[in-house]
Amino acid sequence: MTKAHSQLMKKIVSKKFVFTGELEPVETTDISSVLNEAKELLGCVTACNVTDNPASSVAVSSLVVSHLIQKEVGMEAIYQIRCSDRNRIALTSDLLGAAIFGIKNILALTGDHTFLGNMPNAKPVFDFDSTLLVRLINRMVNEGKDLTGNDIQGERPKFNIGVAANPNADPLEPEVLKVLRKIENGAQFIQTQVCFDVEKTIEFLRMFKVFQVPVLVGIFPMKSYGIAKGFIDNVPGVSIPDKLLTDLKKIKDNTSLSKEEKRKMYDQVNLDFFVPFIKELKKSKLCAGCHVMSVHYTELIPQLLKEGGFIK
Amino acid sequence: MIVTTQKPFEEISQYLEPYHNIMVVGCGTCATEVQTGGEKQVNEMAEKLTGKWSVQKMMIEVPCDERIARREWRKIQKESANLDALLCLTCGAGVQTLAEIADLPCIPGLNTHFIGKVERIGLYYERCRACGNCHLAETGGICPVTRCAKGLMNGPCGGMVDGKCEVGDYTRDCGWVLIWNRLRKLGRVDLFRKTREPRNFGQEAIPREIDNIHIRQAQIAEKIETE
Repeated sequence: MTKAHSQLMKKIVSKKFVFTGELEPVETTDISSVLNEAKELLGCVTACNVTDNPASSVAVSSLVVSHLIQKEVGMEAIYQIRCSDRNRIALTSDLLGAAIFGIKNILALTGDHTFLGNMPNAKPVFDFDSTLLVRLINRMVNEGKDLTGNDIQGERPKFNIGVAANPNADPLEPEVLKVLRKIENGAQFIQTQVCFDVEKTIEFLRMFKVFQVPVLVGIFPMKSYGIAKGFIDNVPGVSIPDKLLTDLKKIKDNTSLSKEEKRKMYDQVNLDFFVPFIKELKKSKLCAGCHVMSVHYTELIPQLLKEGGFIK
Repeated sequence: MIVTTQKPFEEISQYLEPYHNIMVVGCGTCATEVQTGGEKQVNEMAEKLTGKWSVQKMMIEVPCDERIARREWRKIQKESANLDALLCLTCGAGVQTLAEIADLPCIPGLNTHFIGKVERIGLYYERCRACGNCHLAETGGICPVTRCAKGLMNGPCGGMVDGKCEVGDYTRDCGWVLIWNRLRKLGRVDLFRKTREPRNFGQEAIPREIDNIHIRQAQIAEKIETE
């Protein structure tokens, strides 16, 4: 049985339907806006992912931001760590740092190729992949050793290990088998890529039911039509339902609306789509909760969860 | 095959600027196959250089084999007394072997890209990263180190869409999907299921050397027997 170290894992184990949020620091020395977003999400989500050089573009250290949202805001962090930029020495070293900071959730990722980011000529590392990273963390937690077998001094780190999965993957079989590898190596919870198709998502969740690893389904309320368009252009393989996209476009194209009116309408379109979506997922009893990935659209999340009756 | 391409002529000219008497050296093996340093390319290069430089030319069957390169070099040593530099239409291994033998500036005329498959002349695909620990028996004859853009041991990663790779704008096949499809066809899904160990980069920590004592001893024995 999974040992729950984090609040997130404790809630999941006690069968509560949980929500996690996402914070995306950028290339900056000022993270006040990220801390503010974390504050806005307090009481709505149980924990927040902090992205690590997302899309391989440089950002302030996710370890530092994870620590600060815990220390200064009181928001539990899900510290994302990628293999793109770190070899096994750096991974182990950062994980030890995370343990000292009292970070309890790690999302172990392979990471986008460095070629995709804002320093495309950088040397891609990929000493490990997500599976081996999970194995490393598991070994640190359960044996107090790194993956080479060296002893870690002091108390063993207390991490719950999360991994990513993509229900939209095509072909799906190698993706499923890869997630199984990660589970066999110690993954304790899964956060999925963005999903819009509830039936497809439920079909995916059914496949994982037997492994009893809790899954948080990724959802992505979109602040504007521009954000939706950006998503289509930058995240291939995930399609936004036509109706949702048309509704967002109608708002953008309507020149007679004021900025405030547009804001309200955008919010409403998202609520109309995602409240039933989450309710359906919850009803299926196949997932442990949702991972809300609306970066810079935190203001909607309290409303979304209240309207759905997920929080008071 | 070691796949090479010719450097731009302007770059070669710049390197040759300080010199007068040049020997253009071709390779009778890989560079001949991929038509970057064969006899024809050596002649073409010599022709281009003639006028500004005084040019000689020679072909070495295997310039990266020190025994062969040394033998060929000895043959021309007299004529080569007044040479200032060699322009090597060979891979990097050829240039370095010649540099050790000739004791002259050796200018690379080619860029060395990869160990690859020749589909046709001018169309080459990287197939081996010379990692020193071949996994092909377990991956359906498709190399994850080479064919996966990230060289992952446990793929595919989340950057795969419709069987294509995130690097190269989803135009190239995902190596791990290729491996999956091949293993499935071969009835060896079990090999796909397993977690592969981390790669051993320690073995690449210094320039690699192989000293196979058994092969050397067998060679000596064979020589004695013939004599």
